Amino acid sequence: MQAFTRRQTLQAGAALAGAALVARQGRADIVAKDVAPPVLTIESGASLRVLRPSKFVQGDETVYLENAKKFTAMTGVPVQVDFEGWEDLRPKIAVAANVGDGPDVVLAWSDEPHKYVDKVVDLTDLATYLGERYGGWWPMAEKYGTRDGKWIAMPIGAAGGRVVYRKSWLNEAGYDAVPTDLDGFLQLCTKLKAIGHPAGLALGNAVGDGNAWCNWVVWAHGGAMVDENDQVIINSPETIEALKYAKALYETFIPGTLSWLDPANNKAFLAGEIGLTQNGISIYYAAKNSEDANVRALAEDIYHAKMPIGPVGRPTERALVLNQMVFAYSKYPNAAKEFLRFMMEHEQYDPYLNACIGYWNHPLQAYDASAVWSADPKHEPFKHVLKDALWDSYRGTIRPESAAVLADFVIVQMVASVCAGQASPEEAAAEADRRIRRYYRS
Amino acid sequence: MAVSATSFGAGRSEPIWLVRLFDWKPFLIFMCMLPALGLLLLFLTYPLGLGVWLAFTDTQIGRSGEFVGLWNYESLWHDRIFWMSVTNTLLYTFVATVGKFALGLWLALILNNYIPFKSFVRAIVLIPWIVPTVLSAIAFWWIYDPQFSIISYVLVDVLGWRDTYIDFLGTPWNARFSLIAANIWRGIPFVAICLLAGLQTISPSLYEAAMIDGATAWQRFWHITLPMLLPILAVVLTFSVIFTFTDFQLVYAITRGGPVNSTHLMATLAFQRAIPGGQLGEGAAIAVAMIPFLVAATVFSYFALANRKWQQGGRDD
Repeated sequence: MQAFTRRQTLQAGAALAGAALVARQGRADIVAKDVAPPVLTIESGASLRVLRPSKFVQGDETVYLENAKKFTAMTGVPVQVDFEGWEDLRPKIAVAANVGDGPDVVLAWSDEPHKYVDKVVDLTDLATYLGERYGGWWPMAEKYGTRDGKWIAMPIGAAGGRVVYRKSWLNEAGYDAVPTDLDGFLQLCTKLKAIGHPAGLALGNAVGDGNAWCNWVVWAHGGAMVDENDQVIINSPETIEALKYAKALYETFIPGTLSWLDPANNKAFLAGEIGLTQNGISIYYAAKNSEDANVRALAEDIYHAKMPIGPVGRPTERALVLNQMVFAYSKYPNAAKEFLRFMMEHEQYDPYLNACIGYWNHPLQAYDASAVWSADPKHEPFKHVLKDALWDSYRGTIRPESAAVLADFVIVQMVASVCAGQASPEEAAAEADRRIRRYYRS
Repeated sequence: MAVSATSFGAGRSEPIWLVRLFDWKPFLIFMCMLPALGLLLLFLTYPLGLGVWLAFTDTQIGRSGEFVGLWNYESLWHDRIFWMSVTNTLLYTFVATVGKFALGLWLALILNNYIPFKSFVRAIVLIPWIVPTVLSAIAFWWIYDPQFSIISYVLVDVLGWRDTYIDFLGTPWNARFSLIAANIWRGIPFVAICLLAGLQTISPSLYEAAMIDGATAWQRFWHITLPMLLPILAVVLTFSVIFTFTDFQLVYAITRGGPVNSTHLMATLAFQRAIPGGQLGEGAAIAVAMIPFLVAATVFSYFALANRKWQQGGRDD
């Protein structure tokens, strides 16, 4: 097999991308500075295995696979992409890391790469190049990607939970828009319940949705897992206030949310069972692209808004970052890095971003100009998911301990145990404190 | 001839030490057992030993740990979720096993009688056992869905017996019993088919003799079927208890231990802590904590049910 040099790859990439650009109309121009990419010679005979989470929007899978195929066509490196259920991604990665064999490239959750710092390939050269070429990384992307100044992973995108609601039902409840404060939001949910179109937010061990709103509610009230010095401070009056609010909000939900995993609110919303939830843009995407005319009509009625702001006075939404990393056991690290670079170049990334209609939010600032953000006003609330977000170990540093706390759903279960009536807010906060301290034991 | 006999004896050299070694019976037995022993050591003793060792360390995924003594166990001792998983496991095992045996025995008795399409029906009965667990778990996941459950649909929308949908997996007790029901459904065929095999070994002449003596159906069951079935019952019970106690797939696929950890079994909690949570040491400690329960269950089934004197021709006291 022929070993391709960086330049050959680039030339072929540019040619193909040019053709793709002509084919797709209405694309905004992404400003890409002329920066020399790192010199990476693809190993001869290389082949790649990529492990990533399954799609929630079809475009995420289709265009990702198309791009991977383009990479194979240009470099001759076969790429096998495996899609894994969201909750099963972590165990798969853990086994691969411990055994030292498995996928070369992994698209892992948020802070997951920080559990494998000494088992991944250094991506600093690549990330620096991409940052310089595309207007810089959002600070949040850098936070997730780096450790001690070294890039251990590179976000490909971030999904954000925004309020997803049915406008007609919101109007029926007497509202024009989703209130931006916590009390107003609670009142809205109470009224939605009264008119028979309750809200529903996931409280099961849901990687995306559960973590999204449970962290939001704690942060919005000023609570946090750890302080700036990584001291555990979860058991605070602010957290207890947050738990009381969550319980009150839970009373307005449709029954059954305690068992909801990530797909549950999508299904319930599309079936007309709930009038409001917190989710990515996937519900709107599913409705818009449904084969069922009734469901397609629903898309007209679906609107998005940012989550309300609590006493802390700033947005406190979380971003579910999809973080690309290359395992050090890979026999073809250069091929893997070239693959990552190829996927992030605008010829591939912009069509991908557009196909996801904003489900994955861009980590590189130049993609603010992408057509996806102006194509439909309903995409707009998702434009700055990553820019606005707080990180999972908020106030502290991202480290293996914080990744483990997240993977063990400690915050979600703290909120859920109060909502379920299993524990008082004080008990739940104390229990979470005990669990988090166990992880943070040095 | 005596000369030649002497020369024959003298000409035969002493067997070399290797031959003598292999002629030595204990050594030969040991050598013959070595392959099996090797497999046992490699696939059973090593993983078990590693598990026990990991439980004494604070090993995490991607980071080798240090010996911490009983720290993991101490931490579990104060862990509400761990104790809940212990009681869940005991409850799950007890209720599901009783259910499986009651229904399985009943099914076996029915299948042992003459029924039309006997072989076909027996094949059908095996289906829950044959279907991969994850597939049946996904089916149950839909059956128990809070919004799209077929049971809720029938009760609320078709029959109108209820006003609200049943929250199968959203409240702790509903979720526990939903899982137990799924486990019973899955386990019945194993019990039924094994007991059916046992039933078929009972000589019909015993029943005929009893009927001549005027025994009722209940008396025949109590005095013939049950005692004759007891040895196989003990074996099946032991297996069933072990399978149920260590069940993982059904719970993990349907609830993942939720809502709020209230359906975690020891096996799922061990996995949750060790693999997604990354705390291999703690997960191993939970897994090791299952061993005493399993040994106790096995010893109980074996001694309480199987080792009856009458089975060896003696009399029970």
